[in-house]
Amino acid sequence: MPWIDVCAIDDVEEEDVIRWDHEDRTYAIFRSVDDEFYCTDGLCTHEQVHLSDGLVMDYEIECPKHNGLFDYRSGKALRAPVCEDLQTYETRVGNGRVLVFIE
Amino acid sequence: MSRSTAPIGFEFSVRDYSLTGANTRQAIENGLSAAEWYHSEIPRKKLKLLMKRRDAPAIRDTVIWIALHFVFAAGGLYFWGSWLCVPFWFAYGVVYGSACDSRWHECGHGTAFRTRWMNDVVYHIASFQIMRNPVNWRWSHARHHTDTIIVGRDPEIAWIHPINLILKALAFVGIVETWISLKTLMRNAMANLSQEEKDYIPESQWHKAIFWARVHIAIYAAVLLISFVLLVSGAAWKSLIPILLIGGPRVYGCWHFVMTGLLQHGGLAENVLDHRLNSRTLYMNPISQWIYWNMNYHIEHHMFPMVPYYSLPALHEMIKDDLPPPNTSIWDGYKEMMGSVMKQRVDPNYAIRKTLPPTARPYRDHLHKAVPERNAGAVSSDRGGM
Repeated sequence: MPWIDVCAIDDVEEEDVIRWDHEDRTYAIFRSVDDEFYCTDGLCTHEQVHLSDGLVMDYEIECPKHNGLFDYRSGKALRAPVCEDLQTYETRVGNGRVLVFIE
Repeated sequence: MSRSTAPIGFEFSVRDYSLTGANTRQAIENGLSAAEWYHSEIPRKKLKLLMKRRDAPAIRDTVIWIALHFVFAAGGLYFWGSWLCVPFWFAYGVVYGSACDSRWHECGHGTAFRTRWMNDVVYHIASFQIMRNPVNWRWSHARHHTDTIIVGRDPEIAWIHPINLILKALAFVGIVETWISLKTLMRNAMANLSQEEKDYIPESQWHKAIFWARVHIAIYAAVLLISFVLLVSGAAWKSLIPILLIGGPRVYGCWHFVMTGLLQHGGLAENVLDHRLNSRTLYMNPISQWIYWNMNYHIEHHMFPMVPYYSLPALHEMIKDDLPPPNTSIWDGYKEMMGSVMKQRVDPNYAIRKTLPPTARPYRDHLHKAVPERNAGAVSSDRGGM
């Protein structure tokens, strides 16, 4: 079953992020200002810091340690010291729950 | 305040501050690199409010900063030839050669403005003024935050043992640092990065470091050329004006940023994983605080680097009960720091260990041990104490 139930939609505030651990990996679940949900790898590609402690601004997540910046919709690295993009995962909402497609 | 003669942090048998030496390997093996650091607890809702970015405060401060450049330079030129020009050049030197350090720092973090390009523009201007390669220093500062005052890992340790007080005094007039900075920029401009630079700058960024070094060197060469042309044209002392305006303030105006910068970590511990032991928060007069963009709240900045400078006073109020008492002034900070520095010249393991208020969580000494002992000591160190 590739679609995994992650959390209730109300578990994530608007323009915010939470951490989600699944099996041996950690992920970040984002809720955008326009109420869309997104999922990326949970650790910054620079120095493996949890992005869930970071700051969401519009469609960007800022790493809490070195202020590296990613677009969480595409995973694209936007500002040094991050150079490597984040892995992103397909996300959908159903019955008030957030689901993520994990292969 | 209690002070310690026993090493507070993990002690190395030798001190090698290079980033490719024996202490680098030791720091990594002992888990001091990219480690877990102590931070005060703040509810996420409150932290989000503190982290929130706005353009207005930094635009206001930047407009004032740029305007002061013009006002003081105009005064210096208007009164050229009379002693009245001296205070104008003195003030110009500080806004150019000292205020640029805090602008470089805050915009390098990307926290001054909400709008990214504004951070980038001010970052590049300030990097030029302080004669730092904007690429190299962005990466070195990232390392400084990962491994703050960890010997062999942090490229920005200001107080290197054995401490040379003559060099430290000379830093206030910037001659040695300016010479070193220009040599580094020249070396980078010739496509030469040192092994240490290659250690903390990703290979994909090397070409940018070379490009910006060439831009900086080209501007300085143009300034020198204009000055030379004025000299041979008979402008005499006036031929110094281009250098007084561009580049020179890094020498004659740097004293304020050196004065405040040395306080950040001076006299405090190396090789610890609790910023309350290796960083200093102090109160200072409002003019210095404006020049310094609130970096006097330095423990707070290291614990929460995403909080912009204009929210650091509020952050300080929120967590001060978990921090050592701040020094009451720059003078008070120097008295404390220099007392410790003089002892460190004899015993490099000496460090200040301030008494925490009773409301604070104790220093997490277990974090300073090597990894197996660190994990084993996690519970016992929570018992309390200082």
